[in-house]
Amino acid sequence: MTADDEIEDLLRELAQQVLGLLVRRHREFDACEDAVQEALLDAFVQWHRNGIPDHPKAWLITVATRRLADAWRSDSARRGRESRVSALTPPEQLLSPGPEADGTARGDDTLSLLLLCCHPALSPTSQMALTLRAIGGLTTRQVARAFFVPEATMGQRISRAKQHMKGADVEFPVPAEQERERLPIVLHVLYLIFNEGYTASSGTALDLPDLTGEAIRLARELHSRLPDHGEATGLLALMLLTEARRPARTGPDGILVPLAEQDRSLWDRNLIDEGTALATRALAHGPVGPYQLQAAIAALHDESASSEETDWPQILLLYHLLEQSWPSPIVQLNRAVALAMVHGPAAALKLLATLEDDARMARHHRLHAVRAHVLMMAGDTAGARAAFQKAARLTTSIPERRYLEARIEELS
Amino acid sequence: MKYLILLHSNPTSWKHPMFLHQGTELSQEEQDARMAEFGALMEEISNSGELVDGQPLADPVLGKTIRTRDGELAVTDGPFADSKEQMAGYFVVDCDSIDRAVEIASRFPDTRDGVAEVRPIMDQSGSEM
Repeated sequence: MTADDEIEDLLRELAQQVLGLLVRRHREFDACEDAVQEALLDAFVQWHRNGIPDHPKAWLITVATRRLADAWRSDSARRGRESRVSALTPPEQLLSPGPEADGTARGDDTLSLLLLCCHPALSPTSQMALTLRAIGGLTTRQVARAFFVPEATMGQRISRAKQHMKGADVEFPVPAEQERERLPIVLHVLYLIFNEGYTASSGTALDLPDLTGEAIRLARELHSRLPDHGEATGLLALMLLTEARRPARTGPDGILVPLAEQDRSLWDRNLIDEGTALATRALAHGPVGPYQLQAAIAALHDESASSEETDWPQILLLYHLLEQSWPSPIVQLNRAVALAMVHGPAAALKLLATLEDDARMARHHRLHAVRAHVLMMAGDTAGARAAFQKAARLTTSIPERRYLEARIEELS
Repeated sequence: MKYLILLHSNPTSWKHPMFLHQGTELSQEEQDARMAEFGALMEEISNSGELVDGQPLADPVLGKTIRTRDGELAVTDGPFADSKEQMAGYFVVDCDSIDRAVEIASRFPDTRDGVAEVRPIMDQSGSEM
């Protein structure tokens, strides 16, 4: 680990602690978040030059508070008001041990900050960006790199997201009623961050922030705050059980390997054990939600020695439950796969035919890829080939296209 | 998801903004209206963080077309496409759906006389099936 890595890790750990403390004191989330970001950048430059100070957290609090005071002072000068600046707590007082200094309140701050970043008025892309910056401690530049957009574009997304909260006094910690309402959004945002990282191909770009790792870290923190929340536990389990398969997901030349053909000896046993234990625990803590069900499905896959030995009837049942309460074309598509394994290709093709009538799905490559697999099971090679060709034309992903072209080749 | 918006145009003069020089004579009022529409669109997609990149292109006569055949390099002056409509500029947007990309493209004043084309940009990422 280089000195720069060490500084970065430390800053990322401290970022949300300092932000939580500032928001707790001064309420205005947007101004506090800006101040902390500036303090982090100052710290990175100065610590690199002079070494890490003895009390890095106190250093950050002092600098961030000064930045906040500066911002308010110029704001007040514009508006001709001084009241707010004089009300600002001097840093010395902030640094004295308060209720938050013993660390007990820190975790609750994390949850409250997550709930603030996942404000329902923001778009999912803004929620993800803000969460990664404010709680993940990533810089705008790093978030931009993770999403493959220019820094200016990401900066706009973040500042626009924060405009929604501009100048507003936030209740901190976030009240229980808002917590209940927004927690599903937080779970969804963490899931989206995970997926963003999960689909990113390995090896094409070095030095990219690892979004799956980031999402798992945040989901772990959330779970540690809400150990009895079935869906928060289910989400963490789902991430771990999916991440466990990563080493087998791509072949040596970077081609995608489908689940049925993966070398299961490459799967990460530790992640599977941890994820399975969490999934089992989550299901015991009803009410059952979509993340718990998906985690249960992932656990069944991960525990099977091969595709043939997989408990498909159980998976079919779980997809059925998922579809009943949270219907979506993608869930239906996944159920079709399980249906083919349990009741044979004819039943699956019937289900897929209903999806083809859905205009959104008819142009979705995944529908045609699944159809192709099912047609192969039915022995219809020509039909399978045509469906793979359709899927290949409809995907916008280079690795997926390569995989589908390879299948077409095999059937020629 | 990223989309490339290609603007194809057959202007009377290769002067940007091209949507003011599309053959039909525009009144000052119409010109101002188009400029205002374009300005509002740019502001909207910059502020929303959807605009990734966008550039006007120089006159096609300044372009070069490059071909290598049987190891022989041939560079000719002028554009590749042998049509009246030429590519006049491009924008890259990052937005939630192709519907949104089409909505953005439809608001370029260029579509009144020329054509805007939306093409999804391929992704290096993907998930197994």
